[in-house]
Amino acid sequence: MTQIRVTVDGVEYADDVEPRMLLVYYLRERLGKTGTVVGCDTSNCGACTVHLNGQSVKSCSVLAVQADGAEVTTIEGIARDGQLHPVQQAFHDNHALQCGYCTPGMIMQAIDLLGDNPDPDEQEIREGLEGNLCRCTGYHNIVRAVQDAARRMKPGASADTPAPAAVAGGGQ
Amino acid sequence: MIPAKFDYVKPASLADAVAALQQAGDDAKIIAGGQSLLPVLRLRMAAPSVVVDLGGIAELKGIREDGDKVVIGAMTPYYDILRDDLVKQHLTLLAQAVATVADNQVRHRGTLGGALAHADPAGDLGAPALVLDAEMVITGPGGTRTVAAADFFQGLFSTALGEADILTEIRFPKFTGWRTHYEKFNRTAQAWSMVAVGVALKIDGGTISEARVGLTNMGDRPLRATAVEQALVGQQATADVAKAAAAHAAEGTAAPSDADAAADYREHLARVLTGRAVLAAAG
Ligand SMILES: Cc1cc2nc3c(=O)[nH]c(=O)nc-3n(C[C@H](O)[C@H](O)[C@H](O)COP(=O)(O)OP(=O)(O)OC[C@H]3O[C@@H](n4cnc5c(N)ncnc54)[C@H](O)[C@@H]3O)c2cc1C
Ligand code: FES
Repeated sequence: MTQIRVTVDGVEYADDVEPRMLLVYYLRERLGKTGTVVGCDTSNCGACTVHLNGQSVKSCSVLAVQADGAEVTTIEGIARDGQLHPVQQAFHDNHALQCGYCTPGMIMQAIDLLGDNPDPDEQEIREGLEGNLCRCTGYHNIVRAVQDAARRMKPGASADTPAPAAVAGGGQ
Repeated sequence: MIPAKFDYVKPASLADAVAALQQAGDDAKIIAGGQSLLPVLRLRMAAPSVVVDLGGIAELKGIREDGDKVVIGAMTPYYDILRDDLVKQHLTLLAQAVATVADNQVRHRGTLGGALAHADPAGDLGAPALVLDAEMVITGPGGTRTVAAADFFQGLFSTALGEADILTEIRFPKFTGWRTHYEKFNRTAQAWSMVAVGVALKIDGGTISEARVGLTNMGDRPLRATAVEQALVGQQATADVAKAAAAHAAEGTAAPSDADAAADYREHLARVLTGRAVLAAAG
């Protein structure tokens, strides 16, 4: 067992974990944060995407011990005071999901993408979400949702959602 | 999905890391970004008893200038390489290749050292390292040594690294002003190269004065396409010249046949992609 200290969605935790425990299982099984899901065995699908020190990562491909001392943000930590994050709201409004399984990872990667590039064109959105697979939507509404979110999050935009939470992503 | 049990150490210095590797013998594995290692451990294609994390050794991360060289620490992630000004100025081919690797999430974690040490013949960093005359700085029980890229890659997933050796930094001569392009062919997003070609050209007054061409996934290790290089030097960078030179791209290669592609198809790809890469580099 190895002791780790991590801050997850703003709360500090200290836990003993087996070194082989993947970050995604630490989040789901230890902390009960089942909003982050596992969709594959090969690091391809991106459903497990969270932010580690402000950068998107596939939490199935990080050991919990590697997150020692780090700050983790999951899909459960981005709404503020009962208000959805603008990217969450945009996914809702643009029908950017059907079964919803890829959605937590899609949203976390979309937030990372907008942190690096607040005004992406369609191609940049598609490339930015390259590591996230969706098997229902054909991606079109997901791309629209990210474009919509980018508009809402522009400083000074008359958004129909309240003040957006700080955007993680980029890490620099 | 769950790796087999292992012990985990995270040394704070290079010397401690070498000692930890020596102590564990052939049963130890280094973890850098983990983007190749963790998928392998999860599928239980490997089950080391000790995993040595290089993430605690600060000196292994970062990019610096050292005279006429650009030096990239082995633990520098792809993401940082893509945003670095020295790389943008002097090593455009490296940046072009890195941009094609995997996806944003993987590029946040995966490191240059990990990619080169992994030595996957389909990996996108080997050919650029070869073309750009990279030198691998390796620290092990016997001290520190430098190995040229041409001698570093020794076959399928096999390099000059010994059991307790650590790749610490990669030194590149500056290719300032060279015209470069990395042309990769794959069928799906976030995928390795079926074949890829990296080209660096020095063009003086419209004439190609030096040419370097590297091939990804045309053998058990990255290769230089020397016949193409020879056919380019002294020529104008026209479509006809590119096509004639590219006809030599598969010479001396040993392309694999696998589920992705047969060898003869890879040879065809090598020729087509080389032609495209030369023209794109010449711009
Ligand atoms: C979904 C996905 C898509 C990908 N697509 C591509 C792609 O298109 N092109 C491509 O080239 N790659 C691709 N990769 C692989 C990726 O580039 C890996 O990150 C990289 O190959 C390994 O770097 P790492 O830092 O993660 O190394 P790790 O996974 O930590 O280590 C890899 C191996 O190298 C050894 N090692 C690591 N660092 C050192 C060191 N400093 N000294 C000695 N040994 C060391 C480890 O022991 C291990 O055996 C992909 C990976 C994934 C998950
Ligand atoms: S579960 Fe992590 S990438 Fe699929």
